[in-house]
Amino acid sequence: MKFGVVTFPGSNCDYDSYHAVADTLGLPVVYLWHKSTDLQGVDVVVLPGGFSYGDYLRAGAIARFSPIMREVAAHARAGGPVLGICNGFQIACEAGLLPGALLRNEKLQFVSDTVRIRVENADTMFTSRCEVGDVLRIPVAHGDGRYTADEDTLNRLEGEGRVVFRYVNDAGVPDAESNPNGAMRDIAGIISAEGNVLGLMPHPERAMEDLVGSADGRRIFESLLTRVSA
Amino acid sequence: MSRYRVAVHIVPRKGILDPQGKAVSDALHSLGFDGVSDTRIGRHIVLHIAAADAKDAEVQVREMCGKLLANPVTEDFEIAAVESA
Repeated sequence: MKFGVVTFPGSNCDYDSYHAVADTLGLPVVYLWHKSTDLQGVDVVVLPGGFSYGDYLRAGAIARFSPIMREVAAHARAGGPVLGICNGFQIACEAGLLPGALLRNEKLQFVSDTVRIRVENADTMFTSRCEVGDVLRIPVAHGDGRYTADEDTLNRLEGEGRVVFRYVNDAGVPDAESNPNGAMRDIAGIISAEGNVLGLMPHPERAMEDLVGSADGRRIFESLLTRVSA
Repeated sequence: MSRYRVAVHIVPRKGILDPQGKAVSDALHSLGFDGVSDTRIGRHIVLHIAAADAKDAEVQVREMCGKLLANPVTEDFEIAAVESA
């Protein structure tokens, strides 16, 4: 299985994502330049974190018009896995691959921390190596992470099991203190209706080795391996 | 074709939490402006464009707002001015 990591001008977690795949999973991975229109036969597309186009206008608003995004959208429509991390989640929302939007953190501060997220749905290609209720320790680093959607959309996401991760406290329970950005319903990550596009604000690619404080992010990547190769 | 200057206001939609706006409302209240019930902080964009007439200029900018300038999920926009430029 081959991964592709998109590099937009201003991406800064593309190297982390590449490292996560190449060095901790030992799998083939290529960078996909934003101006390219060739996905190079990758099976999984990673939209990495960063500040594509300087977050001008809105985070992700300009990146969605990069030439590569047309191919990423076609890949997604064909059922190909897309993992949108942080800025990648914002881009996926702006591109209409996922519903809703990520707005400025409620407290208006950039937050850089390690948070706990609870797995709400383990029956996805990104969480098959988890159990519902598992709590993962994953870093966040963002200024615009407040997931926002209208009530109908939120209810639909909940009803369809598409809220995949929620911010929780040490006891595994959501509370205002543990929600780093004021996201509606403590949502940290959601999945598309077809189940192949996951967007999340936390950075699993930065939690791949105990050396850096947590290896919990591996479970997301390893889930993908099981499902995609199956 | 003529040249037009079009100004657009883009603000967070009613009901969407706007923490900047809320902070400014609170500051205004502390200054004694008790009549302020809501503050929304958004963007003001000024475009210079070529268009057949003012109506066409407005139609073009509405389309730009729908596709890029405003986020249809969280923001409302209004055309604030269309002037010959």
